[in-house]
Amino acid sequence: MYNFEFEKPSTIADAVAALGGEDAQALGGGQTLIPTLKQRLAAPSALVSLGGIPEMQGVCVEDDGAVSVGGATSHAVVAREAAGAYPALAALAGQIGDPAVRNRGTIGGSVANNDPAACYPAAVLGSGGTIVTNARQIAADDFFEGMFTTTLDEGEIITSVRFPVPQAASYQKFLQPASRFALVGAYVARFADGVRVAITGASEDGVFRWSEAEAALGKEFRPDALMDLRINPMNMIGDLHGSKEYRAHLVSVMTKRAVEACM
Amino acid sequence: MPKDSGIGASSKRREDVRFLTGAGNYTDDINVHGQAYVHFLRSDIAHGRIKSIDTSAAETMPGVVKVFTGKDFEGVGGMPCGWEVTDRHGAPMQEPPHPILAQGKVRHVGDPIAAVVADSLEQARDAAEAIELDIEELPAVLDMKAAAQEGATLVHDDLKNNICYDWHLGEADNDKVNEVFANAAHVTTLDLVNNRLVANPMEPRVAVAEYSRGTDEYTLYTTSQNPHVIRLLMCAFVLGLPEHKVRVVAPDVGGGFGTKIFHYAEEAFCTFAAKACNRAVKWTSSRSEAFISDAHGRDHVSRIELALDADNNFIGLRTDTYANMGAYLSTFSSSVPTWLHGTLMAGNYKTPVIQVNVKAMFTNTVPVDAYRGAGRPEATYQLERVVDKAARELGVDPIALRRQNFITQFPYDTPVALTYDTGNYDGTMDKLEAAADLAGFAARRAQSEANGKLRGLGINCYIEACGIAPSNIVGMLGARAGLYDAATVRVNATGSISVMVGAHSHGQGHETAFPQVVADMIGIDESMVEIVHGDTSKIPFGMGTYGSRSLAVCGSAMVKATEKVIDKAKKIAAHLLEASEADIELKDGQFSVAGTDKSVAWGDVTLTAYVPHNFPLEVEPGLEETAFYDPANFTFPSGAYACEVEVDPETGQVSIEAFTAADDFGNIINPMIVDGQVHGGIGQGIGQALLENCAYDENGQLLSASYMDYAMPRADDVPFYSVDHSSQTPCTHNPLGVKGCGEAGAIGSPPAVINAVLDALNSGGKSIDHIDMPVSPSRVWAAMNG
Ligand SMILES: Cc1cc2nc3c(=O)[nH]c(=O)nc-3n(C[C@H](O)[C@H](O)[C@H](O)COP(=O)(O)OP(=O)(O)OC[C@H]3O[C@@H](n4cnc5c(N)ncnc54)[C@H](O)[C@@H]3O)c2cc1C
Repeated sequence: MYNFEFEKPSTIADAVAALGGEDAQALGGGQTLIPTLKQRLAAPSALVSLGGIPEMQGVCVEDDGAVSVGGATSHAVVAREAAGAYPALAALAGQIGDPAVRNRGTIGGSVANNDPAACYPAAVLGSGGTIVTNARQIAADDFFEGMFTTTLDEGEIITSVRFPVPQAASYQKFLQPASRFALVGAYVARFADGVRVAITGASEDGVFRWSEAEAALGKEFRPDALMDLRINPMNMIGDLHGSKEYRAHLVSVMTKRAVEACM
Repeated sequence: MPKDSGIGASSKRREDVRFLTGAGNYTDDINVHGQAYVHFLRSDIAHGRIKSIDTSAAETMPGVVKVFTGKDFEGVGGMPCGWEVTDRHGAPMQEPPHPILAQGKVRHVGDPIAAVVADSLEQARDAAEAIELDIEELPAVLDMKAAAQEGATLVHDDLKNNICYDWHLGEADNDKVNEVFANAAHVTTLDLVNNRLVANPMEPRVAVAEYSRGTDEYTLYTTSQNPHVIRLLMCAFVLGLPEHKVRVVAPDVGGGFGTKIFHYAEEAFCTFAAKACNRAVKWTSSRSEAFISDAHGRDHVSRIELALDADNNFIGLRTDTYANMGAYLSTFSSSVPTWLHGTLMAGNYKTPVIQVNVKAMFTNTVPVDAYRGAGRPEATYQLERVVDKAARELGVDPIALRRQNFITQFPYDTPVALTYDTGNYDGTMDKLEAAADLAGFAARRAQSEANGKLRGLGINCYIEACGIAPSNIVGMLGARAGLYDAATVRVNATGSISVMVGAHSHGQGHETAFPQVVADMIGIDESMVEIVHGDTSKIPFGMGTYGSRSLAVCGSAMVKATEKVIDKAKKIAAHLLEASEADIELKDGQFSVAGTDKSVAWGDVTLTAYVPHNFPLEVEPGLEETAFYDPANFTFPSGAYACEVEVDPETGQVSIEAFTAADDFGNIINPMIVDGQVHGGIGQGIGQALLENCAYDENGQLLSASYMDYAMPRADDVPFYSVDHSSQTPCTHNPLGVKGCGEAGAIGSPPAVINAVLDALNSGGKSIDHIDMPVSPSRVWAAMNG
């Protein structure tokens, strides 16, 4: 690890100011960033911890029924506090990593990082959520731009993530055997006006919506509706843990299982 | 009735108190006043020619004490190999130099190029980044079969090819073997890969070395399974130091599994640098560094052929293996695919003709050496997979086929150089069939199928050669060391006992089990006996812990030394009781005169030994004895395992539903510890079978270089095990009748798992002969949809 300054502001405004410094970087739970620093793969001049900002903490239900999660809220807190209002989201948070990871890692860090095998991006995209930053509100459909890239500007902070709550939803995660991130994860959310299906872990382009499945399930919401649908393996990830074809196959299986779980 | 102390009692592991309460003292806990830290700059390419290394900028960086490169070690010995294998033509193996820091070429990702010693680790790392390297990248040699071809790129330019040795064991006459196969009623052939593994002990390797200018003495603290072996190799072959000036200490060691047997360059480096810098030098491996610098395990590519007659008797076996040595020969690497592997190819069966061929290959990968089981898992895997395949091809019950071919007469001379002293393979199989409720399998399969899952049952038998090993035999086979062990039993004046043993304990529970033996022999409380190990300045000598040898070899030395102590104590007791020595009996810690009520307690005798006011004139004062023990033969634990799996046909996910082990370990000192050893071994075997895969890409980059990609078994990957150790044929040639249990689980379990997976898949109507380990979901799915 290279040396860096450490700051822990208590307001969003102070955090934004601190992040204005050259090569300053936000620190959420550090579950991704700290290992990167230990391996000397990044050299920020300053780390600005978002862990001391009260307004970025916790889960609440807004007037329109949407669930809003503070950007620095840990996975463990979401697993606990969203269980009543949005059980599928809470269940997803409760399956991330191990207890240490869940008690440190944050939703803002996960969504900002946009790891192609991460779980939260599937929930955000699958729910049609909104990423709220210090500067603007970004619809999930506009936010994720491919592996490890998002529309966030330099120094922009995710202050909260808002989730419209569907009638039924389920996240089905097939574990990568070593990391236990998603080898493939399918998030299916059924709303009054349609179905959203978001797939993580599978694609070279990161999290994506499986529009054919959405259309089919929008017509009839049952597992059989997916029977004839196949995803093209070409853009899938192929690696030590599974070929492109295997991942394409798992997309179908996990989506079907998510639909079954919603029934 | 289970005993509550002494031999046969499940005494609680006394060492666990310190391990579980954070009071252990590991090498990384050791800090020497004024120590500096070393960081190794390691190659990030698999193969390259070093054109220049410029350390000038690094040398001027803050905190830097000294920067070392390969040049600093010219004239210093390299890392030695402890076993010279002779090839099929009688020529010695090719043995390339293995410098402490790379000289001329880098030969694997992780090969150390330079070392920076600095006041702090971060300063050492900063300076290492300032070292300028000019390395011309060369094509990486990775595929073993391609590496064996004429004209292949050479890993070592001074060798004639990449073949370390081309070795053979068993029937030498090819025509004779061909004839057996030509006359066979059935031949089963199987191509297999025994996947490369990273041992991953919980504690990474650490070395701390200090040097005293005043006394010209060195102390090396290191994470080792055998401190005396490290001292001997480092002093005699690498640094040329007098042994009496070097102390090697291996304190608490957090798991070894073989990978901490070997003498590593970092240990020799720290010792050398401590003098060169006149400062203690400490190295702590990071986990990432462990992946590219700890010796790996396994990595065999084999073809095995089994010939059967019309009655399904095994009549011939032939195997051809390519064994990966990696870039250099690690300490015992050469012995693993040969004398620890070829000799095991008879297994539990009376196959009359066996031919084993092994080509050991140099490649641009991390050196490969012994890992829990070392050669024996590779042999068992080949044999038990081909037997299982034969049973499927012939449509016969896999247990019946095995039983029909079991060795039943002992001692038994195998066609591959071993003499099994004892065993009862049918008896052990009977235990397995009962313990695993094999009769109920059909109902369990029906239940799984009702849940949409495929269920499979896999059977496996194993034999292993442990208690390594008779020195005269291994000497003939090329070992450059003897494999005896030693113990000193030091009785203190008040009757408590310290036993200095050569076996090192790093998880095995010696600190509990060894005292059970000594206490039992004397009839005193276990708590009066303590084991001292892991320090060359405290123990007589010791070849260390590996090959399931500790109790069988070092324990035997301890028994002999205890017997000497008891003999002497009887002389003293006879004097005190004014009786003849021949009439003295020792029971429950009391010496008594046979047929009388005259007795004297253990503590009175020991006190007399050290306060010899009233003492036999012909006896020396004191009560301390040393014994060395060289085993007469290997020991031959054996067993039968059953694994039941469920396969999800949609995803290919395998889950282990039940695992039963029936082992014959001969006599058992502490059943609880033995169960634990078997549990751990099976866990590692399941890891190999389902999860662990050390993989390189085509450029020699390690793909599975962290836990993000290298899958270790976790608690929820393994079932609750059922183990049965009631089949016991005691070893015939050591005083305790013990055989060793440390490796059995890792040897016996991988074929059981794979056999079970294939049984499940074939029960689903597919015809699938084989899937290579690890049988990950993607591989199972690919096989089902292939
Ligand atoms: C062992 C292990 C297992 C894991 N398993 C899973 C899993 O199964 N599924 C899964 O989804 N994830 C998994 N993770 C990742 C985990 O969820 C991390 O918490 C997450 O990826 C990053 O969140 P963090 O709060 O730790 O962010 P950090 O590591 O602190 O930061 C990550 C990046 O996000 C930026 N950042 C942080 N917070 C914000 C913010 N509020 N606004 C803008 N930018 C921000 C940082 O600058 C940095 O670039 C695992 C991690 C580990 C170590």
